[in-house]
Amino acid sequence: MNEPYKSTIDADRAPVIEPGHTFGTVTEKISAIVLTRPASNGWFVGFGIAFMLTMMLLFAVGYLFLKGIGIWGVTIPIGWGFAIVNFVWWIGIGHAGTLISAILLLLRQSWRNSINRFAEAMTLFAVACAGIFPAIHVGRPWLAYWLFPYPNTMSVWPQFRSPLIWDVFAVSTYATISALFWFIGLIPDLATLRDRTENPALRIVYGMLSFGWRGSARHWHRYETAYLLLAGLATPLVLSVHTVVSFDFAVGIVPGWHTTIFPPYFVAGAIYSGFAMVLMLAIPIRKIYGLEDFITERHLQNSAKVMLATGLIVAYGYGIEAFMGWYGGDRYDAFTLWNRLHGPYAGPYWMLLVCNIFIPQVLWIRKLRSSPVALFFISGVILVGMWLERFVIVVMSLHRDFLTSSWGMYYPTRWDWMTYIGTIGMFLALMFLFLRVLPAISIFEMRTLLPEAEVKE
Amino acid sequence: MAKRDPIYGIMAEFDSAQALIDAAHATHQAGYNKIDAYSPFPIEGLAEEIGFHRDEVPLVVLIGGIIGGLSGYLMQYWMSAVDYPLNIGGKPYHSWPAFIVITFEMTILFAGISAVLGMLALNGLPMPYHPVFNVPRFSSASKDRFFLIVFSSDKKYDPAATRQFLAGLAPRSISEVPS
Repeated sequence: MNEPYKSTIDADRAPVIEPGHTFGTVTEKISAIVLTRPASNGWFVGFGIAFMLTMMLLFAVGYLFLKGIGIWGVTIPIGWGFAIVNFVWWIGIGHAGTLISAILLLLRQSWRNSINRFAEAMTLFAVACAGIFPAIHVGRPWLAYWLFPYPNTMSVWPQFRSPLIWDVFAVSTYATISALFWFIGLIPDLATLRDRTENPALRIVYGMLSFGWRGSARHWHRYETAYLLLAGLATPLVLSVHTVVSFDFAVGIVPGWHTTIFPPYFVAGAIYSGFAMVLMLAIPIRKIYGLEDFITERHLQNSAKVMLATGLIVAYGYGIEAFMGWYGGDRYDAFTLWNRLHGPYAGPYWMLLVCNIFIPQVLWIRKLRSSPVALFFISGVILVGMWLERFVIVVMSLHRDFLTSSWGMYYPTRWDWMTYIGTIGMFLALMFLFLRVLPAISIFEMRTLLPEAEVKE
Repeated sequence: MAKRDPIYGIMAEFDSAQALIDAAHATHQAGYNKIDAYSPFPIEGLAEEIGFHRDEVPLVVLIGGIIGGLSGYLMQYWMSAVDYPLNIGGKPYHSWPAFIVITFEMTILFAGISAVLGMLALNGLPMPYHPVFNVPRFSSASKDRFFLIVFSSDKKYDPAATRQFLAGLAPRSISEVPS
């Protein structure tokens, strides 16, 4: 009778690091990916494809600068097309990195130590992709710096009562803090690479980047204080970023946007898609680089559980939106609901419900939560679903507003698609480079997880 | 300028975190004050064992956060209500609820930057060269070895006696660190 129950518990407690590792083996195994392992043909093929897509992005953006945003599908009434859909999608993906590195650190979830480094890198690259879109969609991108308050000859200032300017501050603060957090996490590991490499030029590069870190006890003490404080600062920050992004919509009066549930449901959706991206990256990386000892089944299961939980919050958000449309008595809100279910974009809406609500429910099944292949595909479905969610919010709300005279349709052009797919290429190209030049797993934090790291006073 | 001691200190190498923390405790108890310990990962309590008690990072972060918050709010107030008052949708010039978001973001931004720069500055980093790197075995301090050093500037330092004292702590090796 007890047997199945016991095995359940054991599966839950899969180790964070497989037994048998020492400080030396952890160090060697992770640093070897960067220092000694030659780049495989697979890496070159993968990077090559990603690089070509990046070039396609440059081409699409270059042509955009030449011709203007008329080459996109945006028209009045849908002035926010793919650019804002993709912006919100990318910035949401970025959230998982900070959640893993900051919030799970404060909650003392030590399993985060093996996935925080590349999740933070993922955050940075996702925010970089996100940042492109608002900058290029303004029409005259060479004047994008007007968003910042700087003394100018026109002697005017930004309009601080607008959520759009809040967003400029929120996203740029988020990008800065994420970069700092990632970099100070890297300092001790860069010192390890400096001491391990046999290439004198690389030793100088890693030595400079590590700032001459030598692991002094005083340094570690201040370092840990600073790291913890940064985590404490990043935690409200990450929750605020998508809240502010949702204000871009919720403060407007357009039916489908003007909703108080937006902030929590945007944050949950961001973490949902972020963990999906973490899994889509972690599953192939652990397989290809033989890191199953460090990114174990436990990590996959925990990430799957986070996706299940945040997915249910997102489902609740959809439910409340629909309920309010039906129960709230506002005829425009009611029409928005009807239009989602039966209007010209009903296809994407139903797809969204399938991708974000129905398919992820299979994560209740333990077997699928521990199957890397299944998780990889479910994560892909969730990423598609979260993209559709932003499409539904941005395009469907704008295409049918109060007056029938201002109804319209939005059809993305090839330039929209090229820009979007190009940012995915750029994201992957940066990820490929990151894996080859920096340790993808935090080496010093892995050392602290080993039993031999424990000390008595 | 005072003539520099050709020896920077004496360094002992240990195998485990526990051995290092015990050795640091013993050395500090024996009256050595200018000592330091090096480890490949943070060890709880080690800094206290070598006599480090004042960590100013939190203070730096607090000051940074306050400056950030104040400057964020005052910037918006001055720009919207003093320098160029502009009536937008009939809202007050000083729309304080709308200013909260940017005040919050600026607080986090300044506090975060202070945490990183403050930590680096207090640690005296970046410092690409340091005498301890002259010890060839020290390259394992970033992998799996633990080191304790007594600086030659310590009052109690004596080349022979200190070396003998460290040898009594059962280290794996002992080396002189040239400065």
